[in-house]
Amino acid sequence: MKKAALALESGQNPGNRTFAFKSGFLQQFLAFGSLIALVVVFSLASENFFRFSNIVGILLSTAVIGVLALGATFVIITGGIDLSVGTVMTLSAVMTGVSITFWGTPIWIGLIVGVLTGAACGLVSGYAVSRLKIPPFIATLAMMMVAKGLALVISGTKPVYFTKTPGFSEIALGSVLGDLIPGFDIPNAVLVFFLAAIVGSVVLTRTLVGRYNFAIGSNEEATRLSGVNVNLWKVVIYTITGAFTGIAGILIASRLNSAQPALGQGYELEAIAAVVIGGTSLSGGKGTIVGTVIGALIMSVLTNGLRILSVPQEWQTVVVGIVIFLAVYVDIIRRRKTA
Amino acid sequence: MLKSKKGWSMSALLLASVLTVSACGSNGNNGGNAAPASGSAKASSSASAPASAPASGTSGDKMYIPIISKGFQHQFWQAVKQGAEKAAAEYGVQITFEGPETEEQVDKQLEMLQVALDKKPSAIGFAALDSQAALPYLQKAKDANIPVIAFDSGVDSDIPLTTASTDNKAAAALAADKMAELIGGKGEIAVIAHDQTSRTGVDRRDGFVNQIKEKYPDIKIVDIQYSGDHLKATDLTKAILQAHPNIKGMFGTNEGAAIGVLNGVTESKLDGKVVVIGFDSGKAQQDAIKSGKMAGAITQNPIGIGYETVKAAVATIKGETVEKNIDTGFYWYDKNNIEDEKIKAVLYE
Repeated sequence: MKKAALALESGQNPGNRTFAFKSGFLQQFLAFGSLIALVVVFSLASENFFRFSNIVGILLSTAVIGVLALGATFVIITGGIDLSVGTVMTLSAVMTGVSITFWGTPIWIGLIVGVLTGAACGLVSGYAVSRLKIPPFIATLAMMMVAKGLALVISGTKPVYFTKTPGFSEIALGSVLGDLIPGFDIPNAVLVFFLAAIVGSVVLTRTLVGRYNFAIGSNEEATRLSGVNVNLWKVVIYTITGAFTGIAGILIASRLNSAQPALGQGYELEAIAAVVIGGTSLSGGKGTIVGTVIGALIMSVLTNGLRILSVPQEWQTVVVGIVIFLAVYVDIIRRRKTA
Repeated sequence: MLKSKKGWSMSALLLASVLTVSACGSNGNNGGNAAPASGSAKASSSASAPASAPASGTSGDKMYIPIISKGFQHQFWQAVKQGAEKAAAEYGVQITFEGPETEEQVDKQLEMLQVALDKKPSAIGFAALDSQAALPYLQKAKDANIPVIAFDSGVDSDIPLTTASTDNKAAAALAADKMAELIGGKGEIAVIAHDQTSRTGVDRRDGFVNQIKEKYPDIKIVDIQYSGDHLKATDLTKAILQAHPNIKGMFGTNEGAAIGVLNGVTESKLDGKVVVIGFDSGKAQQDAIKSGKMAGAITQNPIGIGYETVKAAVATIKGETVEKNIDTGFYWYDKNNIEDEKIKAVLYE
């Protein structure tokens, strides 16, 4: 992706090529450094923090928000935003439940239904943003409400349970790694998160859609003028975000062994926070998947560590808020320097 | 030209979809949308004196009682609604049931209350999210001679003629007694409460904590955290268990919190080592209790709350006096009594 980002940035201000690369690296390094620093501080503060079981717990609690954040990274790099990922996740979970529990389909079909539901919502948002010219904030806000309402309508405002499908909870909580290497019980949800990150990273850095993603975020008009069908690619990008959201829906459903129709609102903001902490710029054109993974980990390490130290919950929220402040401020300083 | 054509087709589409949805709504609602109409019609006939409502009740014009709840998505509120509908059918009255999406949306709830008042109903059932904020509206109801029946949690005012609710403090104290019994009277425990500001969240936490402090000096509550969100409560529980490896029992104060505790204990592979006590019901909790993963739970009587609310409303409209407090009761249920008829009747899936 560095190549792609570089190529585009050089298009805008050729003089800053090396500097842009360096400061991007710096941001990543800062984020990674803060993650390590947090882990060290919490490990020193409590002997209960740096234990295998707790580290696995942190990774597992990152999975759902993390996958949402991976998806959100794509849209945010275009300079847009997707507020619907929280409730679309819920809708995907409900549709997976409807497929498996109500229609009695095999699990794998339920998974496809879940991912397609997410992708379909993304497609609609993308169409609304690109063709109908509805600002992303509004279009996805509307989608957030539609998805939330539909999740309640379709489920009949009741949770959909997977209790008759014993294998379903294994998707998130089973451990393929643990079966291969005894004692290395990393839950599958964590595996899915990292696999999704690798796929996301490849798509963002090694494919045409990734390249256009950065191009649109850097300068949409210039991209259009150079003959790229911006509208089409935007729809594709929102659909990708939707597909990731669908995966997150499957993970949360599997982990709770039920699709809870009233959950989900508010998750989008945590996902966006993870993306931003990871150094992706809300004004578009810059961002990495690695950054988002680190951002999501910072959020969950922070909440887990503060909980282990029994910091009152109201203060935990304050601390997370301050961290977001700092992360965005660092990003702004960086861009001021670049400019 | 093309653009305006597009615009027209879009707005036509929009209009069509709105019409379809509203049509579905009124069908699905079993005539719920018709309620305001019949309500106002009734109001015009018995206009200034809802006290004379019994007349309109007997004259075949249905009494209209809007119920403003604290929510509607949660299973608990669905069960309250079920009870209210049962009473409505028995007494031949028309009800509507609505509530805001989350228990923080005090403002939305007050809007709903205002709209309900504007329909000039025969009586109102109301579960206040914030009883202080609701006072001016309750005063309006009183001025218009519309009887108000409080349910679920009390209102700090003498305007509601009665309150149908669970004694949450006593219910949580019972959970504390059971916890003490199950862990052998000593050791470390923790609590996940569903909310740190709402009346039920505070009462259940305090009821539990105070009972432990007063009666069981050898039991130490090492942590109290808050979340009613299934997933977040799961992660909270795991962190608490990580920080306090000697925990012998945990209490979750509503369905979401209880399921979170249960999942957290299971994911930490401490099934059977940590005593889990829950609150309310729902299928997941019932399954866990049947399988022994959860030691037991306190259930309120949500169907009874809804039923008593409507029943009391009908009584006040007819001019009968009602008790100031209707205790709808609570029960401890576990593997041994979950199949009892009395318990089954108050559980919901």
